[in-house]
Amino acid sequence: MTQPLLAVNGLAKQFGGFTALADISLHVMAGERLGLIGPNGSGKTTLVNCISGTVPISAGSVTLDNRRIDGLPPHQRARLGLVRSFQLPRPFGSLTVADNLRVATVYAGRSGAAGIPELLEMVGLKGKADRLPRELTQIEMRKLELARAMAATPRLLIVDEAMAGLSHAEVDEIVALLLQLSAQGVTIIMIEHIMRAVMSFSQRLICVVAGRKVADGNPDEVTGNPEVLKAYLGE
Amino acid sequence: MSNAWFWALGATLLAVLWLAGRLITNEYVFFMGYAVAQYILLATAWNLLGGYAGYINFGTAAFFALGAYVSVAINKLVEVPLPVLILAGALAAGAVGLAMGYLTLKLRGVFFSIATLALAIVAQAAVTNWEFVGGASGAYLLRPSEGPWGGSYVEYLFYVMLVMAVGAVALARTIERSTVGLGLSAIRDDELVAEAYGVPTLRLKLLVTMLSGALMGMAGAPLPFYVAYLDPPSAFNLSYAVNTIAMPLIGGTGTWIGPVIGAVLLTMVQQTAMVTISSAFNLMLVGLLMVAFITLAPNGIVGLVRNLRRQA
Amino acid sequence: MLDPLAVLNAVMAGVLLGGFYASVALGIAIAFGMLDIPNLSHPAFVVVGAFATWLLNSQLGLDPVLAGLVMAPPFFVLGALLYRLYHVCFERRGDAALQGLAFFFGILFITEVALVLTAGADYRSVAAPYIGASLTFGSITLPGRMLVPFFVSIAMIGLLHQFLTRSFTGRAIQAVSQDPVALRLMGVSPTRIKTLAFGLATATAAVAGSLLIIIEPVEPSIGRDFIGRAFAVVVLGGMGSFYGMLLASIILGITESIVSDMWNPSWAPAIAFGFLLPTLAFRSSGLLGRKL
Repeated sequence: MTQPLLAVNGLAKQFGGFTALADISLHVMAGERLGLIGPNGSGKTTLVNCISGTVPISAGSVTLDNRRIDGLPPHQRARLGLVRSFQLPRPFGSLTVADNLRVATVYAGRSGAAGIPELLEMVGLKGKADRLPRELTQIEMRKLELARAMAATPRLLIVDEAMAGLSHAEVDEIVALLLQLSAQGVTIIMIEHIMRAVMSFSQRLICVVAGRKVADGNPDEVTGNPEVLKAYLGE
Repeated sequence: MSNAWFWALGATLLAVLWLAGRLITNEYVFFMGYAVAQYILLATAWNLLGGYAGYINFGTAAFFALGAYVSVAINKLVEVPLPVLILAGALAAGAVGLAMGYLTLKLRGVFFSIATLALAIVAQAAVTNWEFVGGASGAYLLRPSEGPWGGSYVEYLFYVMLVMAVGAVALARTIERSTVGLGLSAIRDDELVAEAYGVPTLRLKLLVTMLSGALMGMAGAPLPFYVAYLDPPSAFNLSYAVNTIAMPLIGGTGTWIGPVIGAVLLTMVQQTAMVTISSAFNLMLVGLLMVAFITLAPNGIVGLVRNLRRQA
Repeated sequence: MLDPLAVLNAVMAGVLLGGFYASVALGIAIAFGMLDIPNLSHPAFVVVGAFATWLLNSQLGLDPVLAGLVMAPPFFVLGALLYRLYHVCFERRGDAALQGLAFFFGILFITEVALVLTAGADYRSVAAPYIGASLTFGSITLPGRMLVPFFVSIAMIGLLHQFLTRSFTGRAIQAVSQDPVALRLMGVSPTRIKTLAFGLATATAAVAGSLLIIIEPVEPSIGRDFIGRAFAVVVLGGMGSFYGMLLASIILGITESIVSDMWNPSWAPAIAFGFLLPTLAFRSSGLLGRKL
């Protein structure tokens, strides 16, 4: 078996007395499309924060390409190719759309990658390069968030609920974008509530409930898993 | 303003002012000019950290007075040319900035700011107890009678300060346009996200804290010669802290020109108020202007001008 | 050699001093510790309270503590108005960080200058029967001018703590920065609660000011000495915890007292900084509180 790109082993996270994550282990192979589902408050975003380094872990390890990264600050992980987008779009308010991408390109990007105009074209924001984020619509901000993540030339991209509140057609747009990225070789972890998107996108599914992993495998199997159903629908 | 224009303007300014200095005999002009240049330097230095990175330094006095007192201390031991004292002030203040930054920049900006305020108080206590530089009773410094090219020493002081001010503005402009400036803007807008996208936030913040502190120390180094008598309450005067914050805030914190506008404007206003009304009232004026601009025009004069242009 | 009796007296004096410091820090504990509002100008209001006390004491012969209590309601109103201004200009806009801090610093400065312009830069003090008197237990002397502020301060802190933990409004105040949405769902306006809390914090400044001028003569600029102290004990004590803050204040008071007596009084204001920095750097949750 080849080495996984990302390996998480026995990861735990406590906030004071509250255990947000307990004994989470998972792996992601290079080029894979992994979906991460779970009810609200189950710890999905905390998991992302732990993997990306925004929050320090209480126990366990995180390995990227066989290299332990759980001691590294977030900016170094980004430079190694581990990029995450944010659930609520958080653009740099005083910078133009193009400059928002430029931050990622300059500080996290690897050379030889697609230029900013190409990236903006890909997400459909080409005409808005000189606008400020506050002038964008909701979906445009979501696209900016994605474009910025792409500008950081990720090897592993974690997309945190990029589609909440979007229309049917808009969801399809984003999924298509992510599939395009995946075809270019980027490994993607998608965290989503919109099952339609997750099911059509993922090759494999992981379900997290109350800080623990309860299922890991084929999307159809996982969604049929009784524990998963219980978590979402109740007893 | 493109690079060529900026450098041409700067060089012309320096040349013209030097020539003018040779012709002017009224010392008061040099005293005033020194004050304006000093505040341009201080405001620009403050703005590197405050405007570009979004971290507010309330302890300008600590770095400024440190530069001044390092001058006094060295001068008591050995007589060296002013540029050496300035370098010493820069190194000392830069080191303090680095040390303090390392301790406090890993936390929220609020705590950094509170720490800078407390730093000013500690520094003042330390200097007040430092008998070698006069302690609480202050130090007298003999001002040489003339500068290196024949004119009065105050003319020389003014010119030195002017060169430093222009240099600082050039530095600010360079930073602003560089990738460092881009990173600082990202930090200011959303530090967490900046870090997530590869910006080495701590390193950049430390760099700017050090630079800012060093520049402030440089601004303080000639002070003992300018005032001839220096004591802690005047070196650590709160008005330095207020002015260096008010000037960029009023001028505009996002770009190098804001602090310049604010410094020139506020120094003129204060000179007028001090002469026509009283010095206590002049302080009140600065405070009121600062609060007025923060609440009503947070982007300063530069911001107001930009808004007007966009509506035109 | 260290005289144990002198040390004991210094420690006792420090305890009393620390108790007083807590009354100054109380306003910061509420505004910053609970509401996350970095109110740098609070110490200036304490000094205003001290001057108001001086006025009432010298013109009307009012007892200083009473004067402080009399001034508490107008200070409450002042605080409420100040918060409203802060809220409209900064909290709502979302860039509360940079501009809000500068705003309060401006208020601090303006307040100090206003005091100089109206009351002059001279030291002022008050007169009361317990100032000058002292209680003696064996070889320990406790001056009245320190004892009264100590007890008033403790009483004030205790009262406020009861209010915050027992009453609905009090608990709403505790909740407001943790979960403003939940508060709204209960029909309580977070803005109203914060206005109330900030007004309360400013009201404590009136009382703290009266205690300050009982302890020592006051001039407009001494507020600055207290910024470091107040924030240091709030951070050291753990942001939301009153009793942590009180404990930290007493520790600070004792340290300052010993350093003053045994070594050099002019270092006293700097000690708070010595407390603050390591706390921030190493143990940011303080003695009893939550993480920063």
